[in-house]
Amino acid sequence: MKIGTPKEILPGENRVAMTPDSARMLQKLGHECLVEAGAGEKAGSLDDAYREAGVEVVDGADALWSGADIIAKVRPPTEEELNHLDSSKTLISHFYPGSNEELMKLAADKGASVIAMDMIPRISRAQKMDALSSMANIAGYRAVIEAGNNFGRFFTGQVTAAGKVPPAKVLVVGAGVAGLAAIGTSTSLGAITYAFDVRPEVAEQVESMGAEFVYLDFEEEQEDGSESGGYAKPSSPEFREAQLAKFRELAPDIDIVITTALIPNREAPELWTEDMVKAMKPGSVIVDLAAERGGNCKMTVKDEKIVTDNGVTIVGYTDFPSRMATQSSTLYATNIRHLMTDLTPKKDGKVDHDMEDDVIRGATIAHAGEVTFPPPPPKTKAIAAQKPKPKEKEKTAEEKRAEEMAAFKQQTKQQVTLLAVGAVLMLLVGMIAPASFLQHFIVFVLACFVGFQVIWGVAHSLHTPLMAVTNAISSIIILGALMQIGSGSFLVILLAALSVFMAGINIFGGFLVTRRMLAMFQKS
Amino acid sequence: MDFGFTTAAYVVAAVLFILSLGGLSGQESAKRAVWYGIVGMALAVFATLIGPGGGLWWLSIILIAGGGAIGTVVAKRVGMTEMPQLVAAMHSLVGLAAVFVGYNAHIEIGRISSVFAEAGIPFPLGEMEAAMLAQADALSEQFRGFGAIVAHKTQAEINVLRLELFLGIFIGAVTFTGSVIAYGKLAGKVSSAATKLPGGHLLNAAAAGVSLLCLFWYFGTGGLFPLILMTLLALFIGYHLIMGIGGADMPVVVSMLNSYSGWAAAAIGFSLSNDLLIVVGALVGSSGAILSYIMCKAMNRSFISVILGGFGGSAGPAQEVEGEQVAIDADGVAQALEEADSVVIVPGYGMAVAQAQNNVAELTRRLRGQGKEVRFAIHPVAGRLPGHMNVLLAEAKVPYDIVLEMEEINDDFPDTDVVIVIGSNDIVNPAAQDDPNSPIAGMPVLEVWKAKNVFVSKRGQGTGYSGIENPLFFKDNTRMFYGDAKKSLDDLLQKVS
Repeated sequence: MKIGTPKEILPGENRVAMTPDSARMLQKLGHECLVEAGAGEKAGSLDDAYREAGVEVVDGADALWSGADIIAKVRPPTEEELNHLDSSKTLISHFYPGSNEELMKLAADKGASVIAMDMIPRISRAQKMDALSSMANIAGYRAVIEAGNNFGRFFTGQVTAAGKVPPAKVLVVGAGVAGLAAIGTSTSLGAITYAFDVRPEVAEQVESMGAEFVYLDFEEEQEDGSESGGYAKPSSPEFREAQLAKFRELAPDIDIVITTALIPNREAPELWTEDMVKAMKPGSVIVDLAAERGGNCKMTVKDEKIVTDNGVTIVGYTDFPSRMATQSSTLYATNIRHLMTDLTPKKDGKVDHDMEDDVIRGATIAHAGEVTFPPPPPKTKAIAAQKPKPKEKEKTAEEKRAEEMAAFKQQTKQQVTLLAVGAVLMLLVGMIAPASFLQHFIVFVLACFVGFQVIWGVAHSLHTPLMAVTNAISSIIILGALMQIGSGSFLVILLAALSVFMAGINIFGGFLVTRRMLAMFQKS
Repeated sequence: MDFGFTTAAYVVAAVLFILSLGGLSGQESAKRAVWYGIVGMALAVFATLIGPGGGLWWLSIILIAGGGAIGTVVAKRVGMTEMPQLVAAMHSLVGLAAVFVGYNAHIEIGRISSVFAEAGIPFPLGEMEAAMLAQADALSEQFRGFGAIVAHKTQAEINVLRLELFLGIFIGAVTFTGSVIAYGKLAGKVSSAATKLPGGHLLNAAAAGVSLLCLFWYFGTGGLFPLILMTLLALFIGYHLIMGIGGADMPVVVSMLNSYSGWAAAAIGFSLSNDLLIVVGALVGSSGAILSYIMCKAMNRSFISVILGGFGGSAGPAQEVEGEQVAIDADGVAQALEEADSVVIVPGYGMAVAQAQNNVAELTRRLRGQGKEVRFAIHPVAGRLPGHMNVLLAEAKVPYDIVLEMEEINDDFPDTDVVIVIGSNDIVNPAAQDDPNSPIAGMPVLEVWKAKNVFVSKRGQGTGYSGIENPLFFKDNTRMFYGDAKKSLDDLLQKVS
């Protein structure tokens, strides 16, 4: 099939959905590639480079739309672009079907298949085609760079001969992909970075990137991120209040705020209110990555950079990925290429639009004349659901007491039985054995008791030294040999001497080995 | 010097020995505890040398010095991985010494009774006239030390004495051959598989039964022959018992033999009427018994089933393991370590065999240097004797406060990024929890499979010591890092800076 990429018509959009590199890979799948002349110019891919990669460069959008079977582009299509479609064509692009219903219907009426890159389900298998993630990654990085561009100080704290420079304090709101990328960039530039997210389970990820998670003093049932495919859900009013209060407390201290809070298919929640902006120091910067959906700060002006009365710069650009067109085109083209790999499982250049496949089904919003949005829930969940904690039945105080009583009685019974049996046995022994034996026997029993008590206290890690030391000590048998060695009979002396000799080996060997072992134990 | 001083010295020595064992409750106090033991032993030997019954003390000192020199050399030379063998070998010495001392006691009884018989006095002493008693006392004068004690015994006391020395010899002989076999198995000189002669435990039982008959025979005649016969039988029991126990159960065996050597010393103490021997024997005996109990509990096996050898038959077919083992190379492991924040290392006998502990320690140092959290998870029965892994890691200077036991770390696995299993198998086998038909069902194991990534360093695809298939190796988050543990870690260290 022929895969074609037109030039983006939205002003300021620099990206392109196919690069010479991705085209080479697409051709390996058996496809032919087309590109509109000048499509990749702003992203650093010149027409000649495409030609070199075996891509046919066509002049004009019309020629491309009519010549290609599959059209891959970046931005959502306009109505005019959709009019090029027919039942033989497939469109792959961002679409935002939730807010573009009319266009979606139009596409369906035309009978074309449309795969929305922003609808790729968030499951592990589909990560390689998740354009939202790859673009968010770039946006997060660029947001920090953009903030630095508008911020008059260093990020990192320095002590120089010309004076001390305090480090910048950065707050990242929303720790999704963009947020985490922003955190990573900001910490690597040396700023003190704080991060907030409504999902407490991302605290770990935040901390892993080197930022400090801002915790709220708020008790709410833990949300299970798996239900919403790892995206945030709207929060309760009480939670919002606690959150805003925390931000208000932080605002005067923070130099740079990067907000990335978006909830799928909704207007961006307001998180950075006007009074917070007012509370910030002059020269501070706010970068609102949610500007496209109204912004997390209501003072944000979409696609513009403004300076407030108190000298706070608010950046409301929506084209961060486009500002890094070379990088974002490479990544986006790779996402498309991975999608095509899944669409052409046999690598024979024939597209198999498998509506049973979780990923393809999830991203397809129009197919065979029908609108297929919203998709059914995917069969595989993005994140393993948290196991519900098995609730142990709370026992009442009486039940507990009764149980304890029963256990205690049982124990007492056991002990008394053991003692009774032991005592009877002892008495029996005492009837036969001579008194001198019993004297020693008392010592023996007591020593056993002491031994049991003492050994239970030995640390687990010291069991090997314990073996070595008891081994050394057990050569106390040498005393017996020493007592016999002076007896006079030759045989006795010989055997005793041998025993003394062997015990001697054991004493020295055992203690030395123990000491060697113990000397090695050290604290960090 | 008289009895008073010796007894007093014994009391002090006994207290020192108890403190010595008690001091092992902590790493720092343990270093002091060894000195208690050494001083206690020196005191006991000194007191015995100058006390009553001592004789030929110059010979004794030369022998102790000679033995000591050998012991010192051996202790300095032996590698930490050979520690289990050494401990087993030294147990055998104690066992043999107990046998000799027991025989000596028997010979003494015979000698004294013959002297008395020549003088026309019935031995052992019974009811008799004052004149005869004086004569007997005079005769006893010629015996010193142990002989003097024996000479004053009554018939009942002589009987008890015989019972005691009989027991002492029996336990000593079992300890001797048992330890020799355990040494052979641990050192790889004897096949570690459980092997039994035809007849199995019936042979042992028969030997024990005949030994019991020998006891009565010995009571009746006091002759040497039943004693020798019993000794041979006991030697056989020791050999056959330990031959029948598989290599995986060696930790239990070693601590059990440790216990036996203690009981042998205690039995000899009874026959020599020496309280210090009794006290120390009891201490060592109970210590070994508790250790065996702890080991058995860690493997979820009863002491009896360990002694009976091999793993008990399972109630049904074991679960089939599905999937395949996926291999990975050093690059992959290094990459995962690079990304990980928390790492847990689970060492096993394989690490000891490959002598990889220094590489493990080096890896730990580097990862900790990068600010990662590295900890060790030690299963109670990892290795071939209790605490084996701790000692090896300590040798390689891994700080002991990051070395944790199973209970301490098992809950942390779900939060762990990377687990590296080095040469352990059964102790990380999920079948123990999942498969009621598994031979190791119910044994507490390290739940490594709950971590995000598990890397298993292993020589090949074969099963471990117990011969049980390990489903862990087939799990999705498990990668097999094949090769000798030391070599694998060498490769890995080149990739991790």
